[in-house]
Amino acid sequence: MRETDTLIKVEDLRVSFFTPAGEVKAVDGISYALGYNEVMGVVGESGSGKSVEAYSIIGLLQNPGRVIGGSITFEGEDLLAYTPEQMRQFRGNKVSMIFQNPMTCLNPVYTIGDQLMEALTCHDKSISRQDARARAIEMLELVGINNADKRMDQYPHEFSGGMRQRAMIAMALICKPKLLIADEPTTALDVTIQAQILELMKSLQKQENTSIIFITHNLGVVAEICDRVSVMYAGKIVEQGNVNDIFYQPLHPYTRGLLASMPRLDEDAHERLIPIEGTPIDLLNPPKGCNFAPRCKDCRKICLREKPPYADFGDGHISACWLHFMEAMNKGVGAE
Amino acid sequence: MASYILKRILAAIGTLLIIMAITFFLMNAIPGNPFLSEKASPQAIELAFKKYGLDKPLIVQFRNYVSNYLHGDLGVSLKMQEGTDVAKILFQQGKFDLSIKLGISALVLAVLIGIPLGCIAAYRRGTWLDGLLRVMTTVGVAIPTFVLATLLLAVLAVQLRWLDPKSGSLTDFRSFIMPVISLSSYYICYVAKLTRTSMLDAINQDYIRTARAKGVKTRVLVLKHALRNSLIPVITYLGPVTAGIITGSFVVESTFQIPGLGKYFVQSVLNRDYPVIMATTVVLSALVIVMNLVVDIAYRLVDPRITLTNREG
Repeated sequence: MRETDTLIKVEDLRVSFFTPAGEVKAVDGISYALGYNEVMGVVGESGSGKSVEAYSIIGLLQNPGRVIGGSITFEGEDLLAYTPEQMRQFRGNKVSMIFQNPMTCLNPVYTIGDQLMEALTCHDKSISRQDARARAIEMLELVGINNADKRMDQYPHEFSGGMRQRAMIAMALICKPKLLIADEPTTALDVTIQAQILELMKSLQKQENTSIIFITHNLGVVAEICDRVSVMYAGKIVEQGNVNDIFYQPLHPYTRGLLASMPRLDEDAHERLIPIEGTPIDLLNPPKGCNFAPRCKDCRKICLREKPPYADFGDGHISACWLHFMEAMNKGVGAE
Repeated sequence: MASYILKRILAAIGTLLIIMAITFFLMNAIPGNPFLSEKASPQAIELAFKKYGLDKPLIVQFRNYVSNYLHGDLGVSLKMQEGTDVAKILFQQGKFDLSIKLGISALVLAVLIGIPLGCIAAYRRGTWLDGLLRVMTTVGVAIPTFVLATLLLAVLAVQLRWLDPKSGSLTDFRSFIMPVISLSSYYICYVAKLTRTSMLDAINQDYIRTARAKGVKTRVLVLKHALRNSLIPVITYLGPVTAGIITGSFVVESTFQIPGLGKYFVQSVLNRDYPVIMATTVVLSALVIVMNLVVDIAYRLVDPRITLTNREG
């Protein structure tokens, strides 16, 4: 990926929630760049900061959450410097978002058509009602909703869960955004519907050339749709790389743990799944050293004392773990 | 929808019959009779009893009421304006009319001021404005109507001499000011509180986040997406209360000397003016029933998920 092909660049982003109990560093210095037409998966367990990171891109952080450091650059523009009105125009237009629970994400008292058309009209005042309607119908057909003309005048409760998520996708893509943030879009759906939605997203991504940040805790989904993967743990990206590297050569103990805890079709059915022991750290009192150290089977003394830097394994594959440096010292070659 | 409304109207007739029965037996259970206070001879009272059919057994009297009502005859007043048609007193002499005028004005204010205040408080939650509104609405809900009415009289009419203390028949705008403020302040404040609560609930819903993610303007977010979803509790409250506003204006009507229905209602009970008690009760009950039906239809208009069916429960 060339530098000029970068759509969005996040550098050392820090987001904290200022709660009465103290500062919670939900996102603690993460960096990545996403190219045009690229799909990046963000994987991590609940509370790892993956959604917070996405919300800060689109300016939807709610009090008491605040971006306290770093930068987000979208097509060369600094998003954090945007005024609220600029941010509003940016949202839904250049970047749009779909959410986890399609059952509650559509307004129950307005028709699907009304909500789709609103996504258009709030960015393009000049568009006529007929044009907006035609475009909305076109989008509904694109996401595989039959009888789109009739469906336009129905309310969300007349749609099934899968259909609602299709409608959400249609709504998100109606302004032809360059980036789509999908926050666990398949988590609340039946497995068969999940597969359909993933297929739909894959084909739309190719068709519309949209970049996607795909947030999920489901590694299977990642393998299905993503080009690259960022694995997050306790507000940090612990490992990042292209999808093959992450699945076939996982380096960070956390990534390995995640993969080992996932059932696989190509393994002996009697093979036990290995859970990651322990619970995520308390972000109010993060440990001094590596965030994963308290749960890591390979924890060394240094891991408890200092945060590990990234080791670069080429082709954008990076991992933050002291083990890599120890191995490199033993071999005398490799990591920086 | 039409069959639904028809069924509700049929049910309403049943409800009214029950209300008539309860009212009839309760008012006859009150000691005394319409002519007790008059310095008339026992013979004259007996004659009056005969004339108005009060000498007949209760069950026969009740049957006569029902049959008369079904014919649209509300009977004649026994006391206030002896021999005058009750219907004429209630509707033509403007008593009912005045209460309705006053009640509707108060209701309109409750909606037009209460709902926006609630929206502002919810949207600016946690700010000084929200705090100020909370104090104001709490005070407004807590102050009894007669205190507020007396205060208004003392300040606006007596001290400043801006307004006439007697509002009379509410013929011009100025005469409306004090009664409407006294009557509506409680409802404005209550509606504002109710709107704020349900609005806060709506603002935290996922679909609001979706709308924000679409790039919808804040104003549209509140007025279109959140407001309509938060109206249900307000409608639920306002429906039955509408009838209450119209009858409950007794205090306001007597303070500002408006010859309205509320005052008339109380007087008729004190006088044991049976036909008037019965008529006012039935008219007001009918009003409550109609408002409940209006509320149910309004639900449907606000929330498409609600369907109007004849099924129970």
